[in-house]
Amino acid sequence: MELALDIRNLTKTYADGTAALRGVSLQVPKGDFYALLGPNGAGKTTLIGIVTGLVNKTGGSLRIDGVDFDAYPERARRRVGVVPQNLNVDFFGRAIDIVVNQGGYYGIPRSIALKRADELLKAVGLADKRTAQARQLSGGMQRRLMIARALIHEPDLLFLDEPTAGVDIEMRRGMWDYLKTLTARGVTILLTTHYLEEAEQLAKHVAIINKGAIVANGTMEDILARYDESQRERDGYRGSRLEEVFLQLTREPEKPS
Amino acid sequence: MTPYEQWISFSTIVRKDVVRMLRIWPQTFLPSLVTAALYFLIFGAFIGSRIGSVEGVPYIVFIVPGLVMMQAVMNAYTNVAFVMFQSKFFNRNIDEILVSPTPPWVLISGFVAGGVLRGMTTALLVLLVALAFTPLTIANGFVIALFLVLATVIFALGGLANGVFASSIDGINIVPTFVLTPLVYLGGVFYSAKTLPGIWGKITMIDPIFYLVNGFRYGFIGKSDISLGFSISVLCGLAAVLFATAFYLLRTGLGLRQ
Repeated sequence: MELALDIRNLTKTYADGTAALRGVSLQVPKGDFYALLGPNGAGKTTLIGIVTGLVNKTGGSLRIDGVDFDAYPERARRRVGVVPQNLNVDFFGRAIDIVVNQGGYYGIPRSIALKRADELLKAVGLADKRTAQARQLSGGMQRRLMIARALIHEPDLLFLDEPTAGVDIEMRRGMWDYLKTLTARGVTILLTTHYLEEAEQLAKHVAIINKGAIVANGTMEDILARYDESQRERDGYRGSRLEEVFLQLTREPEKPS
Repeated sequence: MTPYEQWISFSTIVRKDVVRMLRIWPQTFLPSLVTAALYFLIFGAFIGSRIGSVEGVPYIVFIVPGLVMMQAVMNAYTNVAFVMFQSKFFNRNIDEILVSPTPPWVLISGFVAGGVLRGMTTALLVLLVALAFTPLTIANGFVIALFLVLATVIFALGGLANGVFASSIDGINIVPTFVLTPLVYLGGVFYSAKTLPGIWGKITMIDPIFYLVNGFRYGFIGKSDISLGFSISVLCGLAAVLFATAFYLLRTGLGLRQ
């Protein structure tokens, strides 16, 4: 099995002593749609920060498409696209310029980048906002702009860190459809999201991370099979099966009174 | 990245900065012109007419190179410091470059080139303003260009290091006010270092602005307080140290990566 991402025993301890990752290992097959789920502060964004070169790891190793990230960081980065959790566009930049400039940072000639940027803006539904400044776009539009920006260099591996946060349901479903077309074209996607129905709709594999460690990892079927029917009878049904499994694996044990 | 791809990345960084500085020209270029015009008017025309000549030239002609240099270094420094700080602190869009395969030296070169362009454009505009107050002679155009490039490169590199390290907007404002301005005023913009008594003459020798102003002034009036070769050596050494510092910061991610 060819791996798009191979993470081994990854650790990260921040300067203040916070251990964000405690020996995380994760293998993502090429062409897969992988969901990385976890509660707030579990280590998802730190993990994505490390594999995109925005956070320095403390220990462990990672390979992107077989390329050792430590030995060849620039070659590894070329294969990766990222849509970060926080909006990080130049708010005074025009939509088209933001996407084209990103192509420039990957060494794509401007004439080619312009053509691709127009196609991408059309694909994410922003063709009519081509010359609008980013600050004039709604939050959902800015997120779609970030998706277009992340795809300008045609990455093999795309990291989406809560790409649909704050996006209305109609727009979110449009984004799901677009992401499906990307995986159909062979792009590997690693998605973090708090919308578990989104992960259930899109992902083939799921990893659940809690307190810096992977607590479950497998196909969506494997993870859903962990759902305990008796739990439903004890607690009363509240959410989807994935939600129930997620809570079983990540919630704090009740403290004795 | 191939050299051609590196060139595309470099030119993208520069192009983006040029578009930004032209979009906000009343903030980037206009203040320097107003300040310089006031200096020429007060120190050159009003006070200068009573001072007479320095180094064999009218006082206003003597101070023009220093005032041009002052605006060039201030603009080169603040441009890079603010752009770096803004893109890492407010928008966090420095990540656009950090996630890309652009090598650190290309990133440094792109940011510094933006500062150099702003510094040199400002210098040219201030020279045009100076011409409204006094005619200027050019003794050596190559020396003028060389010292202007050295000045803007050095201070753009300093601004980059400041922008990377600053953790608040105060960290950006403090340096121009408490470091750059004293360096400029003590660097021989308004006087010849030969006229300084004892210890002050020695203190001036550790001020990089002194070497820049003297070399730059030589290009106009053909006279300098210190040898050009020594000035160029000191300034090239300083530029190399600053580039190495900036490269180390970006390579390791200090101040940019967590």
